[in-house]
Amino acid sequence: MELADHLFRHEAGRMVAVLTRLFGVHNLALAEDVVQDAFCRALEVWSFRGVPDNPSAWLMAAAKNRALDVLRRERTARTYEPELSRFLQSEWTLAPVVEEMFSDKAIKDDQLRMMFSCCHPRLPEEAQVMLILHILCGFGIDEVASAFVTTYTAVEKRIPRAKRVLAESRSMFDTQAPVDFSARLPAVQRALYLLFNEGYHGASAESAVRTELCQEAMRLGALLLEHPLGATPSSYALSALMCLNKARLPARLDSSGKLTSLFDQDRSLWDPSLIGAGLQFLGLSAKGVELSEYHVEAAIAAVHASSPNMQETNWAEIVALYDTLMSIRSTPIVALNRTIAIGQRDGPERGLEALQAIADSERLAKYPFYHAALGEFEIRMGHLQDARQHFACALSLARNSMERSFFEQRMGACQ
Amino acid sequence: MEKWRAWFKELGEKGHLKDIGHPLENTGKVVKGKQKSVTDGPFAEAKDVVGGFTLIQARDLEHAVELCKGCPILEVGGSVEVRPIQVLNM
Repeated sequence: MELADHLFRHEAGRMVAVLTRLFGVHNLALAEDVVQDAFCRALEVWSFRGVPDNPSAWLMAAAKNRALDVLRRERTARTYEPELSRFLQSEWTLAPVVEEMFSDKAIKDDQLRMMFSCCHPRLPEEAQVMLILHILCGFGIDEVASAFVTTYTAVEKRIPRAKRVLAESRSMFDTQAPVDFSARLPAVQRALYLLFNEGYHGASAESAVRTELCQEAMRLGALLLEHPLGATPSSYALSALMCLNKARLPARLDSSGKLTSLFDQDRSLWDPSLIGAGLQFLGLSAKGVELSEYHVEAAIAAVHASSPNMQETNWAEIVALYDTLMSIRSTPIVALNRTIAIGQRDGPERGLEALQAIADSERLAKYPFYHAALGEFEIRMGHLQDARQHFACALSLARNSMERSFFEQRMGACQ
Repeated sequence: MEKWRAWFKELGEKGHLKDIGHPLENTGKVVKGKQKSVTDGPFAEAKDVVGGFTLIQARDLEHAVELCKGCPILEVGGSVEVRPIQVLNM
């Protein structure tokens, strides 16, 4: 049942979030069990009665009934969320409280709570993102492993460890406390940014682009903007950069599924509604006195999105934006992209100089696009022999078949 | 994007981007105690690292604290110390 797979993944996060709120974060495992129960029940009932008109509502109702059963049966055997347990003790209040917790608004709040809870300061960034993918996006261990280009056994160890940290935090993150909220917001934004990036140009073995990861990051980003404390200028900037970059995805792969560089992309394939949404978010981000890296990255994507082609792109502005980005977050990857913009503005010789001058370029030695950038500069200067060698080097470092065929094609251009 | 550009320009004009700062070199000396003992340090321990400085223009300490909340180091578990600059008349 393919429909069921997709639906279950989509609903799992919502269901676990609300159930964890109800049972308390220390009962996360129980919440996950109840969700699994609801899925099994759905498969049973649907296989002979057919899929109901509103399957998500059906699943949520099944989870709610199952939760009521558990709460009645184990009323004294377990302790639940401290602030709720008083209401859960009495049959008079039990049903109305549970009913209220399954309202649409409460479910949204609970997902946000879970998002913030997953970004626990005791967890490393990567574990935070893994936890979000697993709990809120319904990714199985194997899917998380492929999203992070790591082994099943590694993720199988890390996720339970991360869940233990979460369970030990005693209660869910309180999204109504302004000081705590603002303190953890940057970690949450960062996790969503990493999630988006993993989908946009991750190092997966099968595919260079995984749209579903980008989509999940955007969905959770939208939840952030719905919360009064979450709708900060930097959150808007984050959503802007996700929309503006995702808009280019349809052109990033050509009709045969091959990677296409920005130079050769058919810009008519860029998604105009996402560009529109992105520019609108960018406008909303232009407030306050904080310039975040998301502001700058969104602006770079906006310049590309509003340029009809490579030649008419305002490269001077893009270089200036990269300079600003370097002062906020100076990484070799940002430095690499900056040199490509310099090459566009001032010609390949200047670009190559800048590329060779990157301070810690040894960290880029294993990054295929570093060698590809060297190759592109050499091609443009007419040094086909050198270019070919750089592309061959990029090819040997390629991480998936899309990258491989892309570098092969670039090598072919060096004849 | 015009609105963004205007805002970015304004940030610069109001002096919020006055000096984006520089990372400190990973060498230096630490002067400690009454004996003024100098160690190669520069850092007492790995957790207590001064990674760099940024000079900002703010109305008062509170405003400066507000401004420094945008510092990206906070995202990776770092901290920011806000210190007024004491003007020395020498």
